[in-house]
Amino acid sequence: MATTYSLIEANTLSSSAASVAFSSIPATYTDLVLRISARCADTGVYGGLKFTFNSDTASNYSFTVMYGNGSSLAGDADTAIANARAKFTITASNATADTFGNLEIYIPSYLASVRKPLSALGAGETNAATAYMGQNANLWKNTAAITSIQISEIFSTNLLTGSSFYLYGISNA
Amino acid sequence: MADTPTKVVVNCTTGVTEVLPLTATEIADMETARVAAEAERVEREAEQAANAILKAEILERLGITEAEAKLLLS
Repeated sequence: MATTYSLIEANTLSSSAASVAFSSIPATYTDLVLRISARCADTGVYGGLKFTFNSDTASNYSFTVMYGNGSSLAGDADTAIANARAKFTITASNATADTFGNLEIYIPSYLASVRKPLSALGAGETNAATAYMGQNANLWKNTAAITSIQISEIFSTNLLTGSSFYLYGISNA
Repeated sequence: MADTPTKVVVNCTTGVTEVLPLTATEIADMETARVAAEAERVEREAEQAANAILKAEILERLGITEAEAKLLLS
């Protein structure tokens, strides 16, 4: 059980943006948690988020996702991509107006000299039969401490006004 | 002319938030990523459509409905 759960920084978009980044993340916690509520400008019902750590855009990430929409379940995976992913976790332009997806990303031991796993679970909140949710597992194949996280939309559309991003630090002592 | 896309950068040490225009390189990278993601989506949707057709053909051969197939597998 975590003994602390502290808000490091937060941002709610007052206008659309291509990405949101947390830089100069303090090296004073054990784990990191991102809690996000977001909607994107893609033309579909759902979108997803991608994450790059320490500006590393080489093919140093792998991911696996299981996703469903209430009537079918499917999966996807890749072992050498340029970012970590939280697919099927946010809403897009064809989702019910003013609905946002919400997700949580857990990054354990972000300072440890080991490769960094992270999980991302989220769901869109469109008020319709075909709403998506995704459970994503990722690995950043780099042993550096995480000092920055950049978040953008998988289809490179804008993140819309009202999307909110909270970065928490968890300490084990 | 479309507005230049922006990025929001939150400095966790100073607490300062900046809204900055993307550079030409960042815009080009974003377009490359968009094309790749779109291709991936088209491929996935084509695969799902092909699977749906295959499933319908199998159910027809077996002479059962989808609900009956789900019941058999439950």
